[in-house]
Amino acid sequence: MEPLWDWFRELHASTGIKLTIFYDAFDRARFVNGFLTSVRLMALCIVASVVIGVVGAWWQGSRLRFLRAAIAAYIEVFRNTPPLVQLYFFYFALGSYLRVTNDVGLAVPLVSNFSWAAIGLSLYAGAFNVEIFRAGIEAVPRETVEAAEALGYSRLRAYIHVILPLAFRISLPALNNNLVNLVKTTTIAYAIAVPEMLYVANQIWSDELNVPEMMNVLLVIYVALVGVVVYLMGRWERAMRIPGYTP
Amino acid sequence: MRAAGPTNLPVLKPFRLTATTCDLSPASFTARRGALLIIALVLAVCVGEAQAGPGASSIFATLLRWTPLLAQGFALNIAMSFLAMAIGTVLGLALGLGLISLAWPLRASSWLVTQFFRNAPWLVLLFYCILLMPFEVHIGGIVVPLPGWVKSTVGLALPVMANVAELVRGAVRSIPSGQWEAAEALAFTRLQTLRLVILPQCVKRMTPPWMNLYALVVVGTPLASIVGVNEAMTLTGDILSSEGRTELLVPMYLYLLMWFFIYCYPIARATAALERRFQVR
Repeated sequence: MEPLWDWFRELHASTGIKLTIFYDAFDRARFVNGFLTSVRLMALCIVASVVIGVVGAWWQGSRLRFLRAAIAAYIEVFRNTPPLVQLYFFYFALGSYLRVTNDVGLAVPLVSNFSWAAIGLSLYAGAFNVEIFRAGIEAVPRETVEAAEALGYSRLRAYIHVILPLAFRISLPALNNNLVNLVKTTTIAYAIAVPEMLYVANQIWSDELNVPEMMNVLLVIYVALVGVVVYLMGRWERAMRIPGYTP
Repeated sequence: MRAAGPTNLPVLKPFRLTATTCDLSPASFTARRGALLIIALVLAVCVGEAQAGPGASSIFATLLRWTPLLAQGFALNIAMSFLAMAIGTVLGLALGLGLISLAWPLRASSWLVTQFFRNAPWLVLLFYCILLMPFEVHIGGIVVPLPGWVKSTVGLALPVMANVAELVRGAVRSIPSGQWEAAEALAFTRLQTLRLVILPQCVKRMTPPWMNLYALVVVGTPLASIVGVNEAMTLTGDILSSEGRTELLVPMYLYLLMWFFIYCYPIARATAALERRFQVR
């Protein structure tokens, strides 16, 4: 890799384009760490939000009125308020109560800022996912559900084996959009000092004074990451296609 | 045997989406929405009151005292969202027409711009505008200052532009091709067809997702607090640090959440209602 790093050093010397993340070992290490933190946060939130969506959509069809109302309230609150304020609420407000005293006698937070970011963002994206899966479930023909009932499926079994597999396929395009949004929204973890890519980039451009270069690097990487998500979801969508059923 | 439909699978009937397949389409449900937030706020105020020492003013009174300041900040949020939406819509309409242009260089470059701004995170775009735009511009001999909130508004307008462009393209594509052919048969030029036949029909289809986008912009405006604009979120932080009372944290943040909820929720309901009424059959 050395020749490549040297090339970027040369680039700086000849054109003034200062990409320290390539030739400065310290900057490179922290940027790679930031990148990995971002990817970890994205992966965690994607999985958690899809789980929230599947479970929430199941509970939305529950017979218990209380459960239905709770899910409805959860969706409306999380969809109609700013994700950034939600994150601040979790981290600063709830976090101020969730503290334990350590051996030295200092109050340390019980939940780290990374965990709060993961929780907050998953809940935010999860609210949209519940809606998306609900739309998918509603689109499953009534006859199919009745057929499952006639075959003696319990409500849960019918949901897992009949409704969800069909609803999931119908929901995939919308889910795709929402997960792309989620990947982009992970940048707000910056606000609670999670050392993800934007945060690290900010440190680097404060130290090296190379704002335009780092900004462009960030934009390119995020667009590429979103591209990867879109590509993977597209492949998954094609792999799950039932010929003649989903358009 | 079933009659020949779009599919010949006997068991799996083709699904029909009841709402538009837009990713953010709100649902129509009947539970008490937002009750959670209000209950939580009331609870938090009560808990805070109990925690507050003797002599400290009550949580409720404190919230009330800071309300005018918070309202000022919130007004800036709304102003920013209006401006960003206006700028983004105008630019987005132009970009959207570029996306459906017949000249391929224009189409390709519009596509590139749209994809780029749609896929870049809003916060990164905000940083981009805040850090790379000058703090004042000279037009002729006049110096026009660019305060942080103007730059943030531009930063928010960029993703709006790309999303509106995509809405335009989707709406135009959803118009049945018969409309184009009929216009052609009546000897309309392409420009006339677009202006007199296609776009008027698109307005109806675009309105609900456009309102969704507006709601997203409103909940995106607090991002400007990260880059130092004095809007509601920043002011909430200032209020909390000037009060310096930990029991105020939860009520204050819930109070701010409620402001946004009260503003955005009616928009979401109206969008849902419009979607039902305009449902493309």
